[in-house]
Amino acid sequence: MYDSSVPGTTKAAGVIAEGLGKRFDDLWALRDVDLEVPAGSVLGLLGHNGAGKTTAIRILTTLALPTTGRATVAGLDVVADAARVRTRIGLAGQSATVDGLLTARANLVMIGRLYHLPRGVARRRADELLERLDLADAADRLVKTFSGGMRRRLDLAASLVASPPVLFLDEPTTGLDPRSRNELWELLRELIRDGATLVLTTQYLEEADRLADEIVVLDHGRVVAAGTPAELKTTVGGERIAVTVAARAELGAAAAALAPFAEATAVDDDEELRVTIPVRQGTRLMEVVRALDAAGVDALDVQRREATLDDVFLALTERPSGEELAA
Amino acid sequence: MISSARWLVSDSLVLARRNIEHVRQIPEKLLDVTLQPLMFVLLFAYVFGNVIKVPGGSYHEYLIGGILVQTLAFGIIGPATAIATDLTEGIVDRFRSLPTSRSAYLFGHLIAELAAAALGLTILVLTGLIVGWRIHSSPLEAVAGFALLLLFASAILWLGTLVGLSVRSPDAVTGVIFVVIFPLTFLSSAFVPLGGLPAGLRAAAEYNPISTIVAATRTLFGNPTAVPSDAAWPLLHPVPAAFAWCVALLAVTVPLTIRRYRARTAG
Repeated sequence: MYDSSVPGTTKAAGVIAEGLGKRFDDLWALRDVDLEVPAGSVLGLLGHNGAGKTTAIRILTTLALPTTGRATVAGLDVVADAARVRTRIGLAGQSATVDGLLTARANLVMIGRLYHLPRGVARRRADELLERLDLADAADRLVKTFSGGMRRRLDLAASLVASPPVLFLDEPTTGLDPRSRNELWELLRELIRDGATLVLTTQYLEEADRLADEIVVLDHGRVVAAGTPAELKTTVGGERIAVTVAARAELGAAAAALAPFAEATAVDDDEELRVTIPVRQGTRLMEVVRALDAAGVDALDVQRREATLDDVFLALTERPSGEELAA
Repeated sequence: MISSARWLVSDSLVLARRNIEHVRQIPEKLLDVTLQPLMFVLLFAYVFGNVIKVPGGSYHEYLIGGILVQTLAFGIIGPATAIATDLTEGIVDRFRSLPTSRSAYLFGHLIAELAAAALGLTILVLTGLIVGWRIHSSPLEAVAGFALLLLFASAILWLGTLVGLSVRSPDAVTGVIFVVIFPLTFLSSAFVPLGGLPAGLRAAAEYNPISTIVAATRTLFGNPTAVPSDAAWPLLHPVPAAFAWCVALLAVTVPLTIRRYRARTAG
């Protein structure tokens, strides 16, 4: 019964994926994805809805089989050794919910029992987690009466029941108000300090920026960029100037006026009526304003700022098309 | 092997407990096996009881066998809605991400629903005794009668599990079941003797498996069956025919359910 048969993967194995792909009928939800998450580090999977984030998580947590490629979690193959992978992982988020018709405590005790913890241990662990995630007062309330933030904390507690070495959090803060989000981030930081290996998917760049050591940007199932948050920001250039105009028709003229300063192509935001352009180092704001004025552009706002992950995201990904899977 | 069987049992019980806990939180969930059959007994016994004449006995003695089977037949709703709901809410994926036996999820539902069916059975038997129904057969036959009812309940629960795994949403369950189970239980000998029906309907009702199981239950409890002497073969040999129906239903639903469960949870 000892792990003598564990294949000789590296001792620091967190999560490794090679050439991972998943096809649903004619659509590749995931294509040729390589990931490497050293034990104790945090990977942020970033992408729009339908970019393949959830599909990747489902494969890594043994809920779905890959069409191509292979992956190991905690040194164990997610297909061949699926049963043992499940003893090493915790999953929270979109695809693994808790039971709304049970109390918070009953949910955690049940999950503990299903991890094959003895009853007494499962109960103690449930109490511990309720305390730690600030749910002790609501322990005996039905989960369906919980607020969004409480529900997410309970999701997180559910993934922590067996103290698994590798955690998968699928959009842990989607739909939360800013305050609850901050609270959840604080909890995640504690877990990270405690040495958890974390794979986290998100649509929020700020979240990836704050929590992740390494970010992989997915678009239409493919990896379009990977690196630390700082590296990613440098790849798309440093300073940018953003000009907000009064009418959509003026976006083109604004972009043309900014062209002489540009280091890369402009990005239009039709809804915000804003054109953002990466500019050469040392570009003076006054010159930009003069150029806009000379072109007859009625700028409501002109702003100079450092690149953010939003810029990375906008530069690297396309908006998802309508017929795509929400997987 | 032994340890995986032990985990299957223990995981199934943990998950059965989840369903029982649901009932504790929402007791109305039990109405279909408690108040509803009670109401049926009272309505039929006192409204129809005065009008319907049963050859060879009283209507009250005749009725209980019918309502026992009808109640168990409606038990199909329980697992069907519960499983369809679970599948829409992603809780099944939670269980699948845990080191829990794969089939424990299905067995958990089946165990909890069988417990609910047994509760319904007990309530009906007690109500029956109050309105004047008695078991007139030998203890061995009576035990066989209850065994048949539990076997029928299991077959129905597997069928309900299959329905739950096959529909697209929990709302679809009610529709499917009312279109199938209502006619099946009413076009049978559950409530009225078949002798008075027009020929075509009577033939349909006589070959209806519900009629067979109802007649077998009545036979095993020593109640009047009111089966005409020129009835179809299964009605003239209700006990072996009823057991055969239940076994046949299980032989079809169990493998189909397992296949469907694998398909629904395959990634």
